Amino acid sequence: MSASETPKRSMRTPLGRVRNLGAAHSGTSDFWRQRMTGVAMTLLILPVLVVVMMTLGSNQAGAKVILGSLPVAVILLLFIFASAWHMKIGMQVVIEDYVHNEKVKLASVMLNNFFAIAVALASTYAIFKLSSGV
Amino acid sequence: MVEFALPKNSRITGGKTWPKPAGATELREFRVYRWNPDDGKNPSVDTYYVDTHDCGPMVLDGLIWIKNHIDPTLTFRRSCREGVCGSCAMNIDGQNTLACTRSMHDVKDGAVKINPLPHQPVVKDLVPDLTNFYAQYASVEPWLKTTSPTPQKEWRQSHEDREKLDGLYECILCACCSTSCPSYWWNSDRYLGPAALLQANRWVSDSRDEATGERLDNLEDPFRLYRCHTIMNCAKACPKGLNPAEAIAELKLKMVERQV
Repeated sequence: MSASETPKRSMRTPLGRVRNLGAAHSGTSDFWRQRMTGVAMTLLILPVLVVVMMTLGSNQAGAKVILGSLPVAVILLLFIFASAWHMKIGMQVVIEDYVHNEKVKLASVMLNNFFAIAVALASTYAIFKLSSGV
Repeated sequence: MVEFALPKNSRITGGKTWPKPAGATELREFRVYRWNPDDGKNPSVDTYYVDTHDCGPMVLDGLIWIKNHIDPTLTFRRSCREGVCGSCAMNIDGQNTLACTRSMHDVKDGAVKINPLPHQPVVKDLVPDLTNFYAQYASVEPWLKTTSPTPQKEWRQSHEDREKLDGLYECILCACCSTSCPSYWWNSDRYLGPAALLQANRWVSDSRDEATGERLDNLEDPFRLYRCHTIMNCAKACPKGLNPAEAIAELKLKMVERQV
C-alpha cells in the first residue's frame, strides 16, 4: 500500500489512535470456553459416533430405546451444547477478523448468536422428540 | 471487508532494467520494488545486476552496491549491518527478514526479489511507515513500573527470574514478525501484533515489575491480544530466532490463570 492510499487519518496522535477506546477487559472467557468446548467435543465425539452407529437402520421405536437411556441422552445433549457454543465463538472470531464495517459486524455477530441458539435448541428438541418417541 | 487486492495506485506496473555493469565476471540479478511519492506513478519492480565479486555477501551489501554504483535514488533503511538495529527489515524472496543477515547466496532460483515489509504504508521504495507499529510498542509501556520505594542500588532479581526474560529481551523491533502476520494485516488498527505483545510479555514476565495486573488489564481485549490465532508466521519470520507466538500464548495463559 502506498502512502497516498492509506485511509484518511484524523489528527489524533498515533498513540491516541492505538489506545482508542481502551481495553474491553474481555475475551479471556471466550478464549477459555473455546478450548473447554473443544476438549469436551474431543472427549464426546467417540461416544456420539457409537450412538449414531447404534441408531443406524433403526426405526423410531428402536431410536427411542437407545436415546431414551439417560447416559445416551446426556452425551448427545452435552455434545450439542459444546459444539453449538464452539461454533458460535469460532464464527464470531471469523466475523471479527474479516468484517470491518461496524454496523455489518454487529448485525453479523447478532445473527451468529441467533443461529447458534437456534441450532442448539432444534437439536435438543430432536433428541427429546426421538427419545420420548412422540 | 478485508482488502484482498492492492489499491489501484499500489499495483505494480512494469519497471526498468538497468544495464549490466561493464567488466563484471559474476553477476546476480536483483529485482527491487520501487515507488516514489513525488512522481505520481504506480510502484514498479526495477531489475539490477550486482557484481558479486565487488561487494559483500549479504543482500544489504548488494543493495548498497546498487546505490553506490548504479542508482543513487534507491531508498532503504540500514544502520548497523550486523542484525542488531533492525533497520534493514524487508521482504526478501518472499520472507520478511533483515537484509544485513540474509546472504544473497541463500536466495535460490535466480533473482533476489526484494519488497518492503508487507501491508504497511510505503514512504519510499523499501522504506515502510512504521508509525503505528512504534505507537503500539509505546502503548505497552515498555519500562519498569514500580510503586515500592526505589532501592539505594539496583532492583534485585534472582538468576532464575532473569532467565525468564530470555527469548524476550532480544527483540530488536524490526517489525518482521508483525508484518508477516495475517491477523495484523487485517486488523493492525486494533490488534497489537506479535512484536508489541512479545514486548508486553517481556515486562509482564519481569519479576521486578509491580504493574503486572495493570499490564494484563491493558491487554485483555478481543482485538489487542486475542486476534492472535497462532498462525506462527511470526516465529518463522523472526531474524533473531525468537518465538512471539509462544510469548503471546504465555500472556493468554496468564489471563486464564488469574480468572480460573
